[in-house]
Amino acid sequence: MKIEVLGPGCPNCKKLEENARQAIKEMGIKADIVKVSDIAKIIGYGVLSVPALAIDGEVKCYGRAASISEIKKWL
Amino acid sequence: MGIFSPIQLFADWLTYSIFSIQKGTLLANAANFFIFDTIKIFMLLAVIIFAVSFIRTYLPPERIRIILSQKSEYAGNILASLFGVVTPFCTCSAIPLFLGFIEAGVPLGVTFSFLVASPMINEVALVLLFGMFGWRIAAIYLVSGVIIAIISGIIIGKLKVENLVEEFAYQNKTKSQLKMRKMGLMERFDYSKSYAIDIIRRVWIYVVIGIGVGAWIHGYVPMDFLAKYAGAGKWYAVPLAALIGIPLYSNAAGVIPLVSALTEKGVSIGTTLAFMMAVTGLSLPEFMILRKVMKLRLIMIFAAIVGIGIVFTGYLFNLIL
Repeated sequence: MKIEVLGPGCPNCKKLEENARQAIKEMGIKADIVKVSDIAKIIGYGVLSVPALAIDGEVKCYGRAASISEIKKWL
Repeated sequence: MGIFSPIQLFADWLTYSIFSIQKGTLLANAANFFIFDTIKIFMLLAVIIFAVSFIRTYLPPERIRIILSQKSEYAGNILASLFGVVTPFCTCSAIPLFLGFIEAGVPLGVTFSFLVASPMINEVALVLLFGMFGWRIAAIYLVSGVIIAIISGIIIGKLKVENLVEEFAYQNKTKSQLKMRKMGLMERFDYSKSYAIDIIRRVWIYVVIGIGVGAWIHGYVPMDFLAKYAGAGKWYAVPLAALIGIPLYSNAAGVIPLVSALTEKGVSIGTTLAFMMAVTGLSLPEFMILRKVMKLRLIMIFAAIVGIGIVFTGYLFNLIL
């Protein structure tokens, strides 16, 4: 499973990354967390508001740092 | 101010009964002002940020760009400015937003209307203005801000400066269309709640410090002390205030309570409005980030047009209020 955190690295992006890490840890899932800061790639997903979270290439949320429990639902 | 009178009662009780500060002293004035304002502002922040976030769940930028790309120029400028009001602006979203709008075929001028309105008119600034100056000043700020955003965007559109945007902005980058999920009511509710908490957590310290310094000025600095330096009659006050406001971006939340105290001491209201608009609408970090997608000349044109709009607003309300 591949989890992508889309965002240039603002405090909210870091928060989202932390939440994602915590979520996979709590569920005991093996997943790669990749930080995507390249703007062209972010826009490639159709996302305008960062941070956004994509799981296996599908954008699950954008414009906010999703909470740990939300991310767990998507895993 | 009827709905706030329970807070005033509480502030009086805390100041005079619990802290037993002598009524009428400078310390009592400052403490009372601080307690009342802090409670009032935080209540307003919680309610308004929640409400605006709720509206926003219906209008994410991803949807706004679709709407704007289908509108004619003038209607687009007006709509973009209004959408900008409910959209918060995070400097880190400036680039994806700009590129995404341009790529979707939103005209450059319309994109700029959005870029002006979004940071300048935000709910935190409006709440603080309402709490400290009353609804009339908050409304003036809102309306002037929207008008500046509309006109700036129209002018930039007419200038035909598309050549000053870095070329790669016009290349199509979207590979997959975003599927916009429909949010449930509970989900919108949760989003708004967590957003409001998040914002308050981020700004509270500035607000408290701002109100604290404001309370001190309120209690200790003589009335009209600043009038001879920054009253309505001083022609240089407005542009100077706008210039000072540019580097203060990140502290918009703390600036307003402070400014309200300064206004009370003689800084005229137009000057105050210009200062506030410069703090929120002209931001140095935003300019530096935008340099990645547009030539310096376009940033200067953008800053100059918005700056002139702000200074004009300042003079106008110094004259008529």
